[in-house]
Amino acid sequence: MAHAAHDSHHGHDDHNHAPGFVARWFFSTNHKDIGSLYIIFAVLAAFVGIGLSMLMRLELQAPGMQFFADGQMWNVAVTAHGVLMVFYVVMPALIGGFGNWFVPIMIGAPDMAFPRLNNISFWLLVPALGLTVASLFVGGAGTGWTLYPPLADSQYQGGPGLDMALFGLHLAGASSILGAANFITTIFNMRAPGMTLHKMPLFVWAMLVTAFLLLLSVPVLGGAITMLITDRNFGTAFFKPEGGGDPVLFQHLFWFFGHPEVYIMILPAFGIVSHVLSTFSRKPIFGYLGMAYAMVAIGVVGFVVWAHHMFTSGISVDTRAYFMAATMIIAVPTGIKIFSWIATMWGGSLEFKTPMLFAIGFVFLFTVGGVTGVKLANAGVDVILHNTYYVIAHFHYVLSLGAVFGIYAGFYYWIGKMSGYQYSELLGKIHFWLTFVGVNLTFFPMHFLGAQGMPRRYPDYPDAFTGWNVVASMGAYISGISFLFFIYVVADLFLKKRAAAANPWGEGATTLEWQVASPPPFHTFDELPRIR
Amino acid sequence: MRRILSTALALALGGMVTGGAALAQSPPPTPTGEAIGAPTNWAMGLQEAFGPLKVAIHDFNDLVLYIIIGIVIFVAALLAWVIWRYDARRNPVPSRTSHHTMLEIAWTVVPVLILLVIAIPSFRLIYYEDRARDADLTINVQGRQWYWHYTYPDNGNFSFDSYPVAEADLKPGQIRNLSVDNPLVVPVGATIRVMTTGHDVIHSFFVPSLGVQKYTIPGRTMETWMRADREGVFYGQCNQICGQNHWFMPIAVRAVPRAEFDTWVAQARTRFAEGQGPGWPERDRTTEVASITDSSAEVRR
Repeated sequence: MAHAAHDSHHGHDDHNHAPGFVARWFFSTNHKDIGSLYIIFAVLAAFVGIGLSMLMRLELQAPGMQFFADGQMWNVAVTAHGVLMVFYVVMPALIGGFGNWFVPIMIGAPDMAFPRLNNISFWLLVPALGLTVASLFVGGAGTGWTLYPPLADSQYQGGPGLDMALFGLHLAGASSILGAANFITTIFNMRAPGMTLHKMPLFVWAMLVTAFLLLLSVPVLGGAITMLITDRNFGTAFFKPEGGGDPVLFQHLFWFFGHPEVYIMILPAFGIVSHVLSTFSRKPIFGYLGMAYAMVAIGVVGFVVWAHHMFTSGISVDTRAYFMAATMIIAVPTGIKIFSWIATMWGGSLEFKTPMLFAIGFVFLFTVGGVTGVKLANAGVDVILHNTYYVIAHFHYVLSLGAVFGIYAGFYYWIGKMSGYQYSELLGKIHFWLTFVGVNLTFFPMHFLGAQGMPRRYPDYPDAFTGWNVVASMGAYISGISFLFFIYVVADLFLKKRAAAANPWGEGATTLEWQVASPPPFHTFDELPRIR
Repeated sequence: MRRILSTALALALGGMVTGGAALAQSPPPTPTGEAIGAPTNWAMGLQEAFGPLKVAIHDFNDLVLYIIIGIVIFVAALLAWVIWRYDARRNPVPSRTSHHTMLEIAWTVVPVLILLVIAIPSFRLIYYEDRARDADLTINVQGRQWYWHYTYPDNGNFSFDSYPVAEADLKPGQIRNLSVDNPLVVPVGATIRVMTTGHDVIHSFFVPSLGVQKYTIPGRTMETWMRADREGVFYGQCNQICGQNHWFMPIAVRAVPRAEFDTWVAQARTRFAEGQGPGWPERDRTTEVASITDSSAEVRR
């Protein structure tokens, strides 16, 4: 891509020449460049998100208030950690990053359906992140990422901090909705000849389901936070009981978005893990159709389970019974996926490269996070586990260990393709083991703390919770070091410049991205590939 | 590499199993015979049960816990076997199998059956937990920033506030971040209807050892119930983020014999009329609060 010195002009016949730096990275319409921007964005946001979690673990390492001035400051840190990780790290990395990079290539499309829309999707995230981070310096939002009113009303969270975070969410939501529309259009209309829906790679299936979840759930969040903004600033009372409003209505709206949101974060990781396991077992996916439709089922059922987050919010016992039953049903398609992954490896010829380690780690850790989810689904037990560290352990096992392991698996699997440089296998494996030990040491003890009744969002706790908190903090420091080590792995990759082959993984890697050069030319396909 | 991976799996499993074995851990009964419902350092399981709700939760929790530990062990064993057996060095030629209808039906149907085994007692439990039948006493609980406000409508409708005890003011036997000035006093063995209401923001009334939790939401009145089967103090904490001092609005439920409760009520009504808090039941004013053997409390003395 040698034209950095010149400014943007490239002939339409000239397929391999990128525009100049400004035109390429700021006015980008190329799905690969936008994908790279998303990944860089996610890594930068991760510095803030992980930095906050390190501060939180420092505070919780011993009873008493250590580093945080007061509870409000703590609440602000907790909220920012959640919002950053969900909206500005996991989603941009998985959906904007890997999704943009590989969905068009895998279906043999020249680019996304709406390249300029794609660019807007990315650039909306930048001011969104700016607002969220800047809100930390003007009082912040001390509500938890769930934003429940009345705590989120102006008399309890005054100042511009929460408003800025809410506007940030609005921008991020708009970005997600536009991106989702783009993915759906691309996948439905731009598949290469012969690429039927039932031949689509599972990562593309995962992105298709994810895009539908985004399109249907994010507008509900948009409505909810718009009402919250007008409650805060313009005297409405949608959620204020004194004006005839209802705080529980917000919880319903939030979780109608919030529950699909957790599948939005994990489904792309499901797709990545399927590819990695198949590649490094040198075997096709076991039960391909079951895998694809299990994701569809998870997506559909994921929309009708939201009130399992509200078992103690006063919903009637019959409602609890329904949401409990619906929630447990999700375990069935999830089980299909777990067992199909194992069956994919069964009889294979396994190579334990770094992406494979992360993928196997994913399967195991996601199982642990999944079964604790089955327990929490039971409203009867949730009465004493709701809002405790058991819940923290559960969702970090499926997200911090699930989605993040998916991100790392995808990163190591595709970085050679994306950058043209291969990572160091030794460094990658060290990174895996550091992360694996770190996150398990952090989050496994939280099951015990939660079972003993330690509530979440506490900067100080009764002394009896000290033991496991110390262990968790030690684990968190190892996890923090493992992230820095990851940055070192990336630096090493770009400094050493080991050229990556078009297909470094051998016969197991069958999807279209391995048929093109590493990195792929600026315009991936000169002519559309035909799928047999 | 594969050996390390298997070892890691085994270690993680060890953790899960211990978690199950240690279910019944909780503070030992105090010399006075009073129960203390509070967390214990290094405990892995649930807080000990001191009421019928929590006993029912324990029974159900054990069932689910053993099932999910079994599932995790099963998946881990499969993974360990696959990692060992199908290493490229041991199995250089991969099979091409990608379908097995019976297997796929099996791993759909068996989880459904397991879920049924869980669901049946689970439904029974939530209907049991829902509300009190023939309650002996009703207590109104209101969460406020950042203390609790209790009302006894059946006993003259007196009410009082319950504040946490600051670290500097802790007396011997009191627990940092858990002890309060005026506990919620209830008769032992009485079925108590708990009505929760909100005042400012949402709080959550949460007493783990009695197996009860309910939000307190402004504009709503919600119902739940509890019963303490032993004399003692059962601690809990606000469990829904409520601002600045979310972490410092503990709950203490003190269960005393009926006669003692009646005396306390009589005194409380007078004290409340005088504008003072009712304080702890009279017995404790002379004999000090029952000493607690919890080692974590020792540290703070």
